[in-house]
Amino acid sequence: MERIAILQMGEFLLVTIQVDMHDRLAMTLQDDLTNRISQTHANGVLIDISALEIVDSFIGRILGNIAKMSRVMDAETVVVGMQPAVAITLVELGLSLTGIRTALNVEKGMALLRSSIGEPANAQAIATKWDAEDDAED
Amino acid sequence: MQKIEEMDIQSSADVVLVRQAVRQFAIEVGFGLVDQTKIVTAASELARNTLDYGGGGTVKLETLQEGGRRGLRLTFEDQGPGIADIEMALKDGFTTGGGLGMGLGGAKRLANEFEIESVVGEGTRVIVVRWR
Amino acid sequence: MEMTHSSKIPEILKTHETELLSEWNQELLATNTRKGLIKEAELREECREFLKLLRSAAQSGNLSNVQATEWREVREMLTSISRSRSQKGFTPTETATFVFSFKRPLFDRLRQQLLDPAELGEEVWQATDLLDHLGLLVMEAYQKSREEVILRQQEELMELSTPVVKLWDGILALPIIGTLDSARTQVVMESLLQKIVETGSEVAIIDITGVPTVDTLTAQHLLKTVTAARLMGADCIISGIRPQIAQTIVYLGIDLTDVITKATLADAFLMALKRMGTTIARK
Repeated sequence: MERIAILQMGEFLLVTIQVDMHDRLAMTLQDDLTNRISQTHANGVLIDISALEIVDSFIGRILGNIAKMSRVMDAETVVVGMQPAVAITLVELGLSLTGIRTALNVEKGMALLRSSIGEPANAQAIATKWDAEDDAED
Repeated sequence: MQKIEEMDIQSSADVVLVRQAVRQFAIEVGFGLVDQTKIVTAASELARNTLDYGGGGTVKLETLQEGGRRGLRLTFEDQGPGIADIEMALKDGFTTGGGLGMGLGGAKRLANEFEIESVVGEGTRVIVVRWR
Repeated sequence: MEMTHSSKIPEILKTHETELLSEWNQELLATNTRKGLIKEAELREECREFLKLLRSAAQSGNLSNVQATEWREVREMLTSISRSRSQKGFTPTETATFVFSFKRPLFDRLRQQLLDPAELGEEVWQATDLLDHLGLLVMEAYQKSREEVILRQQEELMELSTPVVKLWDGILALPIIGTLDSARTQVVMESLLQKIVETGSEVAIIDITGVPTVDTLTAQHLLKTVTAARLMGADCIISGIRPQIAQTIVYLGIDLTDVITKATLADAFLMALKRMGTTIARK
């Protein structure tokens, strides 16, 4: 049976959805992810949907469920890379997916996860701060 | 030239095929990316309704030409139990199937024209049109 | 309209074309206040052409329905005249005068040729009816060509007025100027969201200082943009909310609690910098 791969990166789980998922595949992903969170004690889940061409109410519900379920298991979920056309359509559809944290790409999503689980502010944000101060001195 | 295609909706894999076919039609009609996404999403909602509530059915895809504008019409039909209270079914958050209840109302918002006919015990037909 | 007897007008147009033309020309040139806009020779040529088409259309005997096929050439000619007049800057009155000024020469001719008062009355009525219809046609064509101009300008404006600018690394600004309707919001929204992806910007400032009024629909459009950006992982700040707009928003009961708003673009920019972990210090 086809499955969507779940990668482990340290204390985070990373899922990249690259296929047009049928509903059962999405349900399987929800099951697999919750199982993996409990097995690995992961405290963050990152779902990359940049390759998804549509998110309808079903996929929206699955994403929401994953976020809620992982929160109960003490893991934060961040959905990254939603395409503009998908976002516009979702809003028009009437779904705002409140309760799901989002980021523009995997890198920013990782930074968000790290900061939300109480690690010191990530290296990139500090770098930005220094850059800005350099600029101001010029 | 007008293009017509009829497809069966009997499994959740068929829903995926419907999405892909609608995308193809939308590209041919010349929809921009946002309009493509809207009509494909509407098709996904309605195909799922046909499968989950109608017990399976068919969809007819048609390209339209009227004056200078082009469009796409999708007709979903099933011989399922029908909808007793259509107004209720169109309300956001109303569901009998455990979903978010955004399917029908959402599809209506994503289309330019929306028609629904349903007879309890005989089936349901939903027609959506989106213009370029 | 069913005619009880055949009209003399076609006959008169045919036999007196030359005289009619010269009298009409005098009439038109005397009332032509826009000598700079159209050359005399051009005007004469237009009269000659119109009279020729009018005469040949009138020979069909149908003087009451100018939408019929036999009047097609006349209609086309008047449409093209109205179009060029409107582009040259003629007023509606000046444009319509082209047709209406033909009344006097035609009526004079009818009076000379028809001695029976009852017949004269009937024919004058028919001529008035015909020329009025042609005059209305001119007005419609004039109006239509103005509308086309407006539509084209609207489209051009729409493209011009949605510049998304980068203020800082990770901060975009979209100053909106003019009224926000549904079509325009769609364009604005798409270009903003696209730019967010391209630049990887986490904050977008939508400045509405240049938006004259905000109604419920506009507010909804703005909210949709903010929500879509949030779904993609970017925050929007709405700035430039003038006092009147703040009042309208509250009176209309629009809920902006989930949206960050700032009075000025400068305030929004400062907030965006802070959010990015950047501070600006004066030396």
